[in-house]
Amino acid sequence: MANEEKPKLKLAVYWAASCGGCCVSVLDVHEKLFDVVAAADLVFWPIALDVKYKDVEAMPDGHIDVTLFNGAVRNSENEYMAKLLRKKSKVLVAYGSCAHMGGIPGLANFTTKEGIFNRAYIESESTDNPEGIFPQTEYEVPEGTLEIPEFYNDVRSLGQVVDVDYYLPGCPPQTERLVEVFMAIVTGAELPPPGSVVGANDKTQCDECEREKSENKTIKKFYRPWQIKDDGKTCFLEQGVICMGPATRGGCGVRCIVGNAPCRGCYGPPPDAPDPGSKMMSAIATMIDANEDNEIQEIIETIDDPAGTFYRFSLPASILRRTIS
Amino acid sequence: MKRYTIDPITRLEGHGKIEIFCNDDGDVENVYFQVPELRGFEKFLEGRAVEEASQIVTKICGVCPGCHHMASGKATDAVFGVRPTSAAAKLRELFFMAHFVHSHIAHFYALAAPDFVVGPTASPAERNVLGVIGKVGVEIGTEVLKQRRIAQEIQALLGGHQTHVVMNTPGGVRKGLTEDERKTVEEQAKGFVEFSKFSLKIFSDVVLANETYVDIILNGPYSLNIYSMGLVDENNKVNFYDGKVRVVDQEGVEHCKYAPEEYTQWVAEHVEPYSYLKYPYLKQVGWKGFVDGKDSGVYHATPLSRLNASDGMATPLAQAEFEKMYETLGGKPVHATLAMHWARLVELLYSAERALELIQDPEITSDDIQAELPNVPNEGVGIVEAQRGTLTHHYWTDEKGIIQKANIIVGTTNNNAPISMSLKKAAQGLIKKGVDVSEGILNMVEMAFRAYDPCFSCATHSLPGHMPLIVNFCDKDGNVLRTYKRDK
Amino acid sequence: MDFEPKIVSFLCNWCSYTGADLAGTSRMKYAPNIRVIRIMCSGRVEPTFVLKAFREGADGVLICGCHPGDCHYHEGNYKCLRRYHLLQKYLKQMGIQGERLKLEWVSASEGKQFADLADSFTETIRGLGPCKVKENVETLA
Repeated sequence: MANEEKPKLKLAVYWAASCGGCCVSVLDVHEKLFDVVAAADLVFWPIALDVKYKDVEAMPDGHIDVTLFNGAVRNSENEYMAKLLRKKSKVLVAYGSCAHMGGIPGLANFTTKEGIFNRAYIESESTDNPEGIFPQTEYEVPEGTLEIPEFYNDVRSLGQVVDVDYYLPGCPPQTERLVEVFMAIVTGAELPPPGSVVGANDKTQCDECEREKSENKTIKKFYRPWQIKDDGKTCFLEQGVICMGPATRGGCGVRCIVGNAPCRGCYGPPPDAPDPGSKMMSAIATMIDANEDNEIQEIIETIDDPAGTFYRFSLPASILRRTIS
Repeated sequence: MKRYTIDPITRLEGHGKIEIFCNDDGDVENVYFQVPELRGFEKFLEGRAVEEASQIVTKICGVCPGCHHMASGKATDAVFGVRPTSAAAKLRELFFMAHFVHSHIAHFYALAAPDFVVGPTASPAERNVLGVIGKVGVEIGTEVLKQRRIAQEIQALLGGHQTHVVMNTPGGVRKGLTEDERKTVEEQAKGFVEFSKFSLKIFSDVVLANETYVDIILNGPYSLNIYSMGLVDENNKVNFYDGKVRVVDQEGVEHCKYAPEEYTQWVAEHVEPYSYLKYPYLKQVGWKGFVDGKDSGVYHATPLSRLNASDGMATPLAQAEFEKMYETLGGKPVHATLAMHWARLVELLYSAERALELIQDPEITSDDIQAELPNVPNEGVGIVEAQRGTLTHHYWTDEKGIIQKANIIVGTTNNNAPISMSLKKAAQGLIKKGVDVSEGILNMVEMAFRAYDPCFSCATHSLPGHMPLIVNFCDKDGNVLRTYKRDK
Repeated sequence: MDFEPKIVSFLCNWCSYTGADLAGTSRMKYAPNIRVIRIMCSGRVEPTFVLKAFREGADGVLICGCHPGDCHYHEGNYKCLRRYHLLQKYLKQMGIQGERLKLEWVSASEGKQFADLADSFTETIRGLGPCKVKENVETLA
């Protein structure tokens, strides 16, 4: 039964440069849907409601109690909405890996706007564009001027654009964690200080992982996952396969490892390790079982794409932020 | 010149806006559909290990990640010059059928049903799944939630991660199925078949039995005379996972049937300066602009086009529904855009039947799930049907299997030109001199878009949030058990 | 204005810092561009330190440790060597020239070698020009 005395939480969900998976994770509440509906009014959610941008602009500041903002900041529309929703929301949550650290779209920080445009509109083998047309932020047609957002050269996380109250990590966040956080807000439980990570463990994946671990963690060679016959029960690192588990917060239920795939770090770094990639590189290198310079270099050669592996979800939030052109 | 801007378009996956320009008489001069988003996957895949691509491209879309995972997995197999083991291919297809089941159910009940069950001109407050539930009963709403949840659980069982699946490895899959798991999934697949039949019955009882709706489908401003594309098996039956891409013309005559590695001979992409999304078209026919007809290379890749491009469905119940649909709509191919909703339900039934076939196949519990990889990695193309269109992934790697180049044509991208054209046609049909351009009218323009299911999958609801609404949950005798109220 | 490289160096307490100290007490002249950070062992140096140095404006980073076999903590310098090679691979992907990061073994008695190293590394960096990491990051924010 809906409690009509207690005002309902005004909830908004918005996506910037995202895939929609975080919106799906919100919808994955399944049976708990009625609890959500009883406690919250959804006031803005493009995937589900016909509320438009002008409706949000018309809201008073702080009108929205909680906004779950997913997606990275890739273009001017994303940036505009991040700032608008910051103004209109009491609590702004960076929801999912993209808002938290840049996520997969953050891999674009390995390249540039020029690189992306050239690939997509000129070089692509199936694209026929002899005039070299690129999308323009403003374009005159006989009827008027058409506009599309400006594509920035760099991807940013939400926290690099506006002040964020909480980070709820994951690609996407495991729905059970969202429900826990949501119920905490709704029941008025005491929340951690602003800027905290919520909905994730302080300990790493290894703490929850059920694969067998021994004391022996030295590597003579690294393997790509398909180069070994995974026995399904031994720690990936001990089999020579890079797994980001030691540098990644738990809370997802080790879902990829359960699927026999090594962790790739979507839940982000544990506390006090703001740059997950460098800590992981330190740990991985230490594991190498060699002291001779040549031998070490040979083993390092078996690690392909360190930057794309150790910073799969976190390149924009890393110390270097992006490649130098 | 009066200008109406719909920004953003809503109740679908993705970003987009529509600009409608009307002359001083109030008639529509032109409509522009613009996609404001671009992320650059084709570029930032460069430098990544090829087997990682399957897990990176799932993040192109969180609603059909399984589709990208499959196309990518097949492209990766091709890069290594191998086919997956027989058991692995079946496990992949089984996953894929569960993926189709959950997506098609969700789309029909959350998007299509409101416009038909509640009515295209109904108030927005009712024109959503809650309104549907009001008409057809809460049991169905709960059942939709449940079937979607089950389909997702099957995805998680086979693929680890329930959304961004991790099951594929070059030449196979990472995880097999035990006999106990198989038995559970078999019962669940039977449930899918029943629910699919039931969904078709709803469509028949509520839509087909209503002359107004049939009229809108057949004669409304939602029809395009364009080519149809879909993946077919060696018997030209619809297949989502494997086969060749077949394109038929406006009369149903075959234009081409190509293997994945031949796609650049038949499909090219056009660029416009006012949108980030490209416009694929048939290369041999050529780009003639946003026009339909045999001389224009515009084609669609949708449930309807898949059925148009095939000679039938490979499972019996779906085949019967296929025949019924074409008989009712006056023969094959069908060009009525809204018939996509019907075709989607026929596909739903096929997915369910096919899932049941696969789970009953003795090989499904085999542990021979990874092929040997004897070749040096090189180049490969993988094509599957995504729920919303033919999906192509093409990778080039060096001898270590590190991606050097990537080219991707996404399901919904195929439909960029038809969507633009459908929107314009709908706007021209609905917005005329003397018509009050209300929110409802603009929404009916958006309906032209939603038929294509542009990458959207939603559990069961679109909540109005700010209109008064009362929902009573009743038992079968009509006694009110619970009341939910929203007063503002 | 001539470019004066800013170089951050991590010197291990037992060997290389002592070697650098010897250069000083012997009144050897060498390039003043090196900013020294003393750590107990080269094995303490982790990639984070190097990346932060570049991020804060260093044009070059120099790591010095004990010769192989002489590490006060037995294994520390080997760990440093392993991390150094992985870091080089990463830096290359990020567009930072590998010559900007150098690892050398310097013993407690090698004062002259340290001085020569400081001079030659400074010239290498001078030839490469300023490192663009800090400027790059500032234009993003």
